[in-house]
Amino acid sequence: MVSKAMTDTKKKEETSTHKIGIYLWIWGLLFVLSFFSYMVDWYNFQGLLRWSLILFFMFLKAGLIMAFFMHLFWERYALVNVLLWPMTAIACFVGLMVAEGKYTVFSRLFYFFVGG
Amino acid sequence: MSDPTLDKLPGGFKGMSEDIGSDQTTFKGVNWGKAMMWIFLLSDTFVFSCFLVAYMKVRASVTEPWPYPSEVFGLEVFGVPVPLLLIAIMTFVLITSSGTMALAVKYGYEKNRKMCGLFVLLTAIGGLTFVGMQAFEWSKLIFHDGVRPWGNPFGAEQFGAFFFMITGFHGTHVSIGVIFLFIFARKVYRGDFDTGRRGYFTTMKSDYVAIEILGLYWHFVDLVWVFIFAFFYLW
Repeated sequence: MVSKAMTDTKKKEETSTHKIGIYLWIWGLLFVLSFFSYMVDWYNFQGLLRWSLILFFMFLKAGLIMAFFMHLFWERYALVNVLLWPMTAIACFVGLMVAEGKYTVFSRLFYFFVGG
Repeated sequence: MSDPTLDKLPGGFKGMSEDIGSDQTTFKGVNWGKAMMWIFLLSDTFVFSCFLVAYMKVRASVTEPWPYPSEVFGLEVFGVPVPLLLIAIMTFVLITSSGTMALAVKYGYEKNRKMCGLFVLLTAIGGLTFVGMQAFEWSKLIFHDGVRPWGNPFGAEQFGAFFFMITGFHGTHVSIGVIFLFIFARKVYRGDFDTGRRGYFTTMKSDYVAIEILGLYWHFVDLVWVFIFAFFYLW
């Protein structure tokens, strides 16, 4: 009985905490990814390459922080989905404002240089 | 913190539909304070998104050239200009403090008072370093370069307004986080979370889950910086 209780508590401890290695790994990865994104500026990449690399490293870092540091990877889907689906609204907003920005810059250039 | 009773529930999307359709609790095994912190962070995400989207829209529609951040935020080290040096150091400091916070949360789970307190304190010091460097960055831009919310010597006038608004709002979050980290470092060292001593304002029993909730806030601050670093400094 005693040994069974001991293994039960030991098992419980193992499930309720994560090994320190996973945090150190994620920590190291975040350092490396930040270093890479700094290198994008250092080597002065321009154009599509610069933007895609910046976005790639940014989303990778954000994903690692949310999944492991904020423990979303280990949460139940009810919480994860409630948190992540509203982000699609932001993506729509970004799309709308890209279109709006193009319209604004067009009207500005038109009225500044062609006249009303 | 995974609860052994949760292992019996179905996982994945089936589990999600059962959780949402179930009695009493939607977020099974999630402390109410933690759920509330997540909801707050979600609303905060929308606030920061609005700032960044507004910045994107304005930057895309100005007719003057936007100041080149790599040069604006560069520093001279022994006469050699290094692009974005301070910002890179700030980024590494904030990631370091995020890592120490993750370890503090881990030791909080294990109810390891000394290690948890040590790492919360280290996180607070990291955050304080970050705020200090940001104060240096601001004072350099304001007093040395003459950047103002209504104009600057580098290019488009809107640059200053967005810079002060976005980094200022983020810096406010960091500062509030640092204050709470120092308060909680003291609470951990005093053993509040071991004895279940009642909080001064809330009069509720202290529990190590508070460290996890504080950790969520702190990681969020780091998360926002990832986006600011990418969109404001690198873009």
